[in-house]
Amino acid sequence: MDQEHIVKSFDQDLGQIESLLLEMGGIVETQIANAVKALVERDLELGEQVRAADKRVDDLEVQIDDLAIRILALRQPMAGDLRAVVCALKISSNLERIGDYAKNIAKRSSVLAQVPPIGSYGSTVKRMSKLVQAMVHDALDAYVARDQDVAEDLRLRDEEVDQMHNTLFRELLTYMMEDARNITPCLHLLFIAKNIERMGDHTTGIAEQVYYLATGNVPDDDRPKSDYTSFMTAEQQDLSKH
Amino acid sequence: MQGQDAGMFKEPSVEDVIKIKSKDVCVYYADKQALFDVSVDILANKVTALIGPSGCGKSTYLRCLNRMNDVIDIARVTGEITLDGLNIYDPDVDVVELRARVGMVFQKPNPFPKSIYENVAYGPRIHGLASSKTDLDEIVESSLKRAGLWKEVHDRLDQPGTGLSGGQQQRLCIARAIAISPSVILMDEPCSALDPIATAIVEELIEELRANYTIVIVTHSMQQAARVSQRTAYFHLGDLVEYGETDQIFQAPKDERTQNYITGRIG
Repeated sequence: MDQEHIVKSFDQDLGQIESLLLEMGGIVETQIANAVKALVERDLELGEQVRAADKRVDDLEVQIDDLAIRILALRQPMAGDLRAVVCALKISSNLERIGDYAKNIAKRSSVLAQVPPIGSYGSTVKRMSKLVQAMVHDALDAYVARDQDVAEDLRLRDEEVDQMHNTLFRELLTYMMEDARNITPCLHLLFIAKNIERMGDHTTGIAEQVYYLATGNVPDDDRPKSDYTSFMTAEQQDLSKH
Repeated sequence: MQGQDAGMFKEPSVEDVIKIKSKDVCVYYADKQALFDVSVDILANKVTALIGPSGCGKSTYLRCLNRMNDVIDIARVTGEITLDGLNIYDPDVDVVELRARVGMVFQKPNPFPKSIYENVAYGPRIHGLASSKTDLDEIVESSLKRAGLWKEVHDRLDQPGTGLSGGQQQRLCIARAIAISPSVILMDEPCSALDPIATAIVEELIEELRANYTIVIVTHSMQQAARVSQRTAYFHLGDLVEYGETDQIFQAPKDERTQNYITGRIG
């Protein structure tokens, strides 16, 4: 919808909600990057910064919700405008959850910094988080552009995140079986991997909102799901055909 | 990924009965064409809202449905409109009888300068619907009850209808319209002169009336169309742009012109 509203302040309200969402998305991307950096580089100070910055993400969610409710109450948006406002409410909630997961990674990184590093999980976690970070970025671009194709593509990219999660899960199981002293750090790492996997799911949730925003239809629930860790055992790790 | 209808893009179901069918309806005022090939199926016992900017043809179309355009000398209607399968523009059709079946309520309440009782009794009397005073009393009472006005006026039926409040006057006009047992009620901006409370009462009444009547309403209030109707038709410059389930029109209209209009953009 390129055309402007007759009532210009309505456009300003919608524009403001969009820029708040983009600001929130930008911070969340940074939070993901910094949380993983703090983990991999064992940077306690950066971890602390991530934990503190989550407050800003929470504040933005409240601001977006307030503005969205105000628009609903005062302007009674219709059609594409209505979808934009309702989607903003849901997307902000998804972003807030992603922010929480980043904060949780930062918390766990401070514990992990105190024990010797294990194996080569760092590069997988980094790759996984980079992927999710790019997905968040593209999801918000798709929101601004009302681009249903990117939204669709994002749902597929989440499959890659799931597969990396499976790999990490297996790897960490092996370390734990090798040496019981690895259990504490590996459990934290498992939660971290799960956090990133959940970030991917929330990003997919955003993509579904963008699809609805662009088309007015709710996407089919047939997206590929490749997270098999719920079925994995120490004895039988290859459950990719489950 | 295929878009999945979230249950809101329903096509008319098999149980839906077409009450009024219009096909390629064009209206001309002298040389000027006001309506272009409008084809709409209006469903029985549903509220159909006609929306669109001023001059889009929605009132013109509404007035075709009980041949109110006949009273304008320069107006000419082409195409076909059937009510329960019968062509209402057939030369054999008795227009007075047609208007008894298709009642109308106007923008400004226009009660006759007579008593409340006489306002409602007038129609049944001239159409010979009552054989006795008792009959007529019953019709007046039941019509006023259906219009949700009985409780407020039952003890002052002999007082002038013009002495009622605006909202009461409009409900009196609705009672007058339903006194002659129409099957369709046309409403041309029935609430535009009413305050929000009186509007809510009329809207509640419309919802109740739907069980027994087919209602077509022209309104400038988008929220009202969304609240009271099941189906919505959007007119623009004499064309019917989009017609569908009200849910769909207000959540995800298919045509950009509809989208621009209902979201308040310059069209």
